Amino acid sequence: MDSNFLPLFVAVPLAAAFLTPLVSKFWPKLADVIGNAVGAVLLGLSAYGLLYLVTGTESLVYWVGGWRPVPGLPPLGIAMVYDRLSALVVLVTNIVGFCALLYSVRYLDHFTARWKFYTLFMLILAGMNGLLISGDLFNMFVFLEISAIASYALVAFGTEAEELEAGFKYMVLGEVGGAAILFGIALLYAQASTLNLADLGRQLAGIGQTPLFWFAVGTLLLGFAVKMAMVPFHSWLPDAHPSAPAPVSAFLSGVFIKVAGVYAMSRLVFNVFDLSRATAPVFFDLLVGFGLVSIVAGGLLANAQRDYKRLLAYSSISQIGYVLLGLGIGTEWAVIGALFHVAAHGLAKGLLFLGSGAVEMQAGTRDLDRLSGLETKMPATAWSHVLGSLSLAGVPPFAGFFSKLFIVLGAIQARMYWVAVVAVLFSGVTLAYLTKVTHKAFFRRQGTEPTPAREAPGTMVAAMIVLVVLSVLAGLAFQPLVAGVFRPAAEVLLNGLGYARMVLGG
Amino acid sequence: MVAFLACVLLMLYGLYVVVTKRNLIKIVIGFSLIEYAVNLFFALAGFRPQALAPIVTSLNQPRNFVDPLPQALVLTAIVIGLSTTALMLALAMRIYEKYKTFDIAEIRRLKG
Repeated sequence: MDSNFLPLFVAVPLAAAFLTPLVSKFWPKLADVIGNAVGAVLLGLSAYGLLYLVTGTESLVYWVGGWRPVPGLPPLGIAMVYDRLSALVVLVTNIVGFCALLYSVRYLDHFTARWKFYTLFMLILAGMNGLLISGDLFNMFVFLEISAIASYALVAFGTEAEELEAGFKYMVLGEVGGAAILFGIALLYAQASTLNLADLGRQLAGIGQTPLFWFAVGTLLLGFAVKMAMVPFHSWLPDAHPSAPAPVSAFLSGVFIKVAGVYAMSRLVFNVFDLSRATAPVFFDLLVGFGLVSIVAGGLLANAQRDYKRLLAYSSISQIGYVLLGLGIGTEWAVIGALFHVAAHGLAKGLLFLGSGAVEMQAGTRDLDRLSGLETKMPATAWSHVLGSLSLAGVPPFAGFFSKLFIVLGAIQARMYWVAVVAVLFSGVTLAYLTKVTHKAFFRRQGTEPTPAREAPGTMVAAMIVLVVLSVLAGLAFQPLVAGVFRPAAEVLLNGLGYARMVLGG
Repeated sequence: MVAFLACVLLMLYGLYVVVTKRNLIKIVIGFSLIEYAVNLFFALAGFRPQALAPIVTSLNQPRNFVDPLPQALVLTAIVIGLSTTALMLALAMRIYEKYKTFDIAEIRRLKG
């Protein structure tokens, strides 16, 4: 297999985004078919691609328009780089995307303008996939903005007062973050006169770490911190994610903040700026610090919520902290744990948000004080919620247990004992707030009458069950997964400028 | 150098407008200021003293050009900025329909 299939990751959803409004004028239901077909195609492509990379070559590089680099000259063309790290995150993205699309078919019954939803969702998918396989700094920015603009529109999709307010707030903060990223790109370009990530890494290594370099790093990081809702730049997330329709919340919380924030940041920090704990200890200590603050603040604030989706949104801030913590610790096990947590949290949080949407749709409210005893009415939703909570809280044998275990192991390896203690402690807090939801919404019997509701429609339950099964499987099969997928992906990051050799050769 | 600093000042002024103003439309204007400042900075990054526009003809030497790449990139960034501003204004309009005001102090139904 050669790299010619890489553009499909962007082209398929982008084409669907243009096609959907055209055809759904004549046949509104076709939007469902197109959306789900694209989800399935992308899922198949990404599963096949990951399998191919794990068993064969290290990476695939596609030069857009055939502008291959000439030895001795800076690369002129735009590269699409599909390595083991991108392949892993692309797969997680498309699994959650596929489940969200499957879930949308019936969930959208109480929305008008079905095709608008699918068009915007296709644009988000195109942007996310493009960002993940882009090997060019400015291209990354463009794809980031494509998916970000579509996500602003989707957050305000219900056009109720609160949703518009959340959408505007999200948009202003997100775009200030986007402007910071563009400014950082301009600063880097002014120094290195190149945008290809691999070439940029080499040029920056030649220039050295000047004050201007650190200014650019700081500006970029500020932008990505807003995009990933790192505390103290998190204020938009608890408004924006609950306001979106449930499948969009699942995608934004499960995948978007990690791809737009964590993936983009770690790709630049490790593979382009070539920073590691050995060369830039202060920088990595800062990441650990922000990670801890996010874990603590997100966890404590989640505990205080009574809105189902808002609680889950605060929980996302806390879990992003774990990913950041793992990257900041910077040992091999910690980075493996961080990447494992990207996958585990993506599956589990996607599942929990889909569950919250089913509850809101069937019971008519997401106020935890007004819900009760739904377990008898919606057993499938209730039990998938329980299993998802256990995975997220880090109970063995689910995926979330191993991801947190590896992060803690990495912290102990790096002799950061108190960091390990906080990580374990807040795993307990995670369990506490998720148990609160489980108890209040599903298992509380006495005091209040059970909320009248029926089980969610079949496709919605199916989407949740897929995510449950994957969360369990990823936990049970952690050994082959770490050896075959997560360790190679972590090695891409820890390899630093090895990325440049992989893309450009030499 | 002065031009670069002026860009940064314009950017900070835009940020100041976004942070302090209470009117939604003024916030959008502040954001536009930030965006213009960044675009200007990026375009200036390709500037070379005494250089020509990057058009190859038989008359000029192919070495004394300004860097054409930032100009192309800034065009893309302007288009992105246009769609962002349009969406922001559309949201502001819809908010005005719901709340009958542009004042963010009165647009706070979200809590927590």
